Amino acid sequence: MNKTPLYDAHIKLGAKMVNFSNWEMPISYSSLIEEHNAVRNAVGVFDVSHMSIFDFDGGDQVAFFEKIFANDVKKISKGNKAIYGALLNEKGGILDDLIIYNANDKFRLVSNCSTRNQNRQWFEKHAVEFGVKVIERSDMGILAIQGPEAMSKILAIKEIHAEANNLQSFGCMFDDDRLYAKTGYTGEDGLELIVPNMAINDLWDQALEVGCVPIGLGARDTLRLEAGLNLYGNDMTINNHPYESNLGWTIDMSDESRQFIGKDALLSIDQSKSQKIVGVILRDRGILRSGYEITHEQGKGEVLSGSFSPTLQSSIGLARVDQGYQENGKVFIRNKALNIEFVSPRFIRKVKMQP
Amino acid sequence: MKNIPGDLKFLSSHEWARVESDGTITIGISDHAQDLLGDIVFVELPEVGQTLDAETDAAIVESVKAASDVYSPLSGEVMEVNSLLEDQPEIINTSPYEDGWFYKLTPSDLSELDNLLSPEDYSDVCED
Repeated sequence: MNKTPLYDAHIKLGAKMVNFSNWEMPISYSSLIEEHNAVRNAVGVFDVSHMSIFDFDGGDQVAFFEKIFANDVKKISKGNKAIYGALLNEKGGILDDLIIYNANDKFRLVSNCSTRNQNRQWFEKHAVEFGVKVIERSDMGILAIQGPEAMSKILAIKEIHAEANNLQSFGCMFDDDRLYAKTGYTGEDGLELIVPNMAINDLWDQALEVGCVPIGLGARDTLRLEAGLNLYGNDMTINNHPYESNLGWTIDMSDESRQFIGKDALLSIDQSKSQKIVGVILRDRGILRSGYEITHEQGKGEVLSGSFSPTLQSSIGLARVDQGYQENGKVFIRNKALNIEFVSPRFIRKVKMQP
Repeated sequence: MKNIPGDLKFLSSHEWARVESDGTITIGISDHAQDLLGDIVFVELPEVGQTLDAETDAAIVESVKAASDVYSPLSGEVMEVNSLLEDQPEIINTSPYEDGWFYKLTPSDLSELDNLLSPEDYSDVCED
């Protein structure tokens, strides 16, 4: 099983470890709910070094990303910005969701953990015609520092360049080989810090010293669910297209001459008939879980992600449902029909998902 | 394994049973189980008057992470449920052997007690 460079630090803190896509990761250190609340009300630090990091060398990198990425990297080609979007196959199926960062004339890409090999092979296959070399950065790890107090705590960490404090939403900067970006997976303010493995323990210790609470993957999941952010493999897979996955906003066809992989397939989809991902709040006692069936006046659907929301103190979920839903519907839990309310998936999101 | 009360008997699936002085049986889940589950946020209890069979579904306990079935250590009729758990399921985390009990039943076959694990044997199960 893979371990991040912070494995010993997690064990020292008494973390409960779990197998996450063949990585031994902390699920929680104390109480998942307390960790969740620390990020919503103060600040937490996450080890997300299991994510995949890629750099690129030489060739026409903009043209390469223009072809493989459904959002348009021209939006960030002036630099110091990050962009979120989807990697599609020719059929418009989602291979992964990812963030591309561009600063100091350099691109860096962070994608999911379980899709690492698939993505590397996909990048290498398509990079050839653009003369681009793909470099997997397994020598680097990622810390996320998130919460309303994140920026003030980050400022107190001496080795983080003070300019990081000036970053706007989805802004980013390189400090030598380190990348600091105002991105995250919690709906809160904060940074993601991509740093060499050799430096990450020191940075982790300093983050704890200035008062960041260590947060496991359990709270990361409830935080991202409250923020209405999809989890690849759960809320969307290769069998889903972006329009039925709340990613329509990341499909950029404004440059009509741009031919990205999956574009033709997307053009043939009738969006007025596509299912949608919607937020769901359970109005009866119980907990929504993945796979539960949903009905509404004009159709049906299925819960994709469901849990207890520590912030809202009730059960919430993301569901993919037929169009035509109004405010209310039913969910079937252990053969009982319970009442749900359809809402925006952004239950709690304080920051923007684009520059 | 810490502080398992000596008067309890266990299923290897982490439920405990205590024989009370009036002959009824109190049932709950172990400290080890609540620790594995993490923050408990919902419990579905059996109905009073319901008849349960040993080692079959009696209740559901849900933490933030997942839902788990709770099996009845003994057969019998449910006499009382711990309605406190409906509003404060987190009591199971803080007091699994006392305030966090699930239900009480009148046993139909006390010999089933012999099928249950002693605290020592249950302790071994947890360490495997």
